[in-house]
Amino acid sequence: MAEGIKEVSDATFDAEVIKSETPVLVDFWAPWCGPCKAIAPILEEIHKEFEGRLKIVKCNVDDNPSTPSSFGIRAIPTLMIFKGGEKVEQIVGMVERAKLEQAINNNL
Amino acid sequence: MSDVDYDFVIVGAGPAGLTAALYAGRARLSVLVLEKAAPGGQVLVTDWIENYPGFPEGVSGYDLIEKMTEQVKRFDVVIQTGEVVSMDLGGPVKKLELKDRTIAARTVLIATGASASRLGVPGENRYLGRGVSTCATCDAPFFRDSVVVAVGGGDTAIQESIFLTRFVKKVYLVHRRDELRAVKVLQERAAANEKLEIIWDSTVTEIKGSDAGVAAVAVKNLKSGQESDIAAEGCFIWVGTDPNTAFAKGHVEMDEGGFIITDDHRQTNIPGVYAAGDVRRTPLRQIVTAVGDGAVAAYEAMHYLENL
Repeated sequence: MAEGIKEVSDATFDAEVIKSETPVLVDFWAPWCGPCKAIAPILEEIHKEFEGRLKIVKCNVDDNPSTPSSFGIRAIPTLMIFKGGEKVEQIVGMVERAKLEQAINNNL
Repeated sequence: MSDVDYDFVIVGAGPAGLTAALYAGRARLSVLVLEKAAPGGQVLVTDWIENYPGFPEGVSGYDLIEKMTEQVKRFDVVIQTGEVVSMDLGGPVKKLELKDRTIAARTVLIATGASASRLGVPGENRYLGRGVSTCATCDAPFFRDSVVVAVGGGDTAIQESIFLTRFVKKVYLVHRRDELRAVKVLQERAAANEKLEIIWDSTVTEIKGSDAGVAAVAVKNLKSGQESDIAAEGCFIWVGTDPNTAFAKGHVEMDEGGFIITDDHRQTNIPGVYAAGDVRRTPLRQIVTAVGDGAVAAYEAMHYLENL
């Protein structure tokens, strides 16, 4: 059984994302963002589908301002894929499941 | 054995599609709603809705859509993720081509809505998500105490610009004419808002910046021809919408802007195929009109099915 999507913070971002051995998809979100809530079920499905091959984490931009600002994020939802500590993909705004799957597959 | 998968397939789960699903579900048709991303469409990026009856204090776009979706789910309606890429509407059985499968239906409702138009100026795509935005409710908090430019003159432009002023230091709203199209109550609020300044008779010609994001917006006055740069960290664009009808091109009749032409019954030029909401050629694109369209289209689809 896959666990739920884990929250990361400014303090844990380096350990959970940058130093991760598996590729990581980070969902930058906030509670006031309608489209962020709308894509959450798609991310849950992706989380199950790619279990073991891709780690998915969420970063609340209200509680953790320095991580999003270090990546120049000025829109949410923003999804980023990290591989070996490097950002390899960035998707801004609402995204369809098929498009997201393709972006993940391109980077695994 | 049935020759079709569903009586009624609705493409798009915004207010029009969800209302059609509600009516068709209550009529006990077999209904499938296909949504390519997440239910809601443009409503999701609307921060606050004040013109949908029944909510005296207003309602957030997300809450309204969540309630509409919940209501639909009470009536055995199937909502699936899927994007229609092409259609075959020739025979009595309509075929919808998805990336991974084909769905056969007796009637089809196109309710795919519209998307925010772009300006088509240099820098716009480059800085999307790094200062360029079409969604104040998603992105405004990233511009706290900044100066931003907004573009447009309709209801959306004014309403969202006023929302921006809760966060930013200053909004310069660039509008190509010398008066606003927006409804009077919004014009009054705009005029009373000290953080909002309207740059009349002007268009945006370029969005400039660096790796850090947007730094300035180039503006041209259409009357004097004078050009100037406004130092700004953001550029919010609300200049109307384009219909999401690429997949339907050549299959149903459209106007020159790609909006689908229907009769009073919301039927397209193909019997049994309907269009509802923002995707339709219509004088007013609102949640209330989309909802009304959806109900009419579902009602007409029921009649069409009864007479098959």
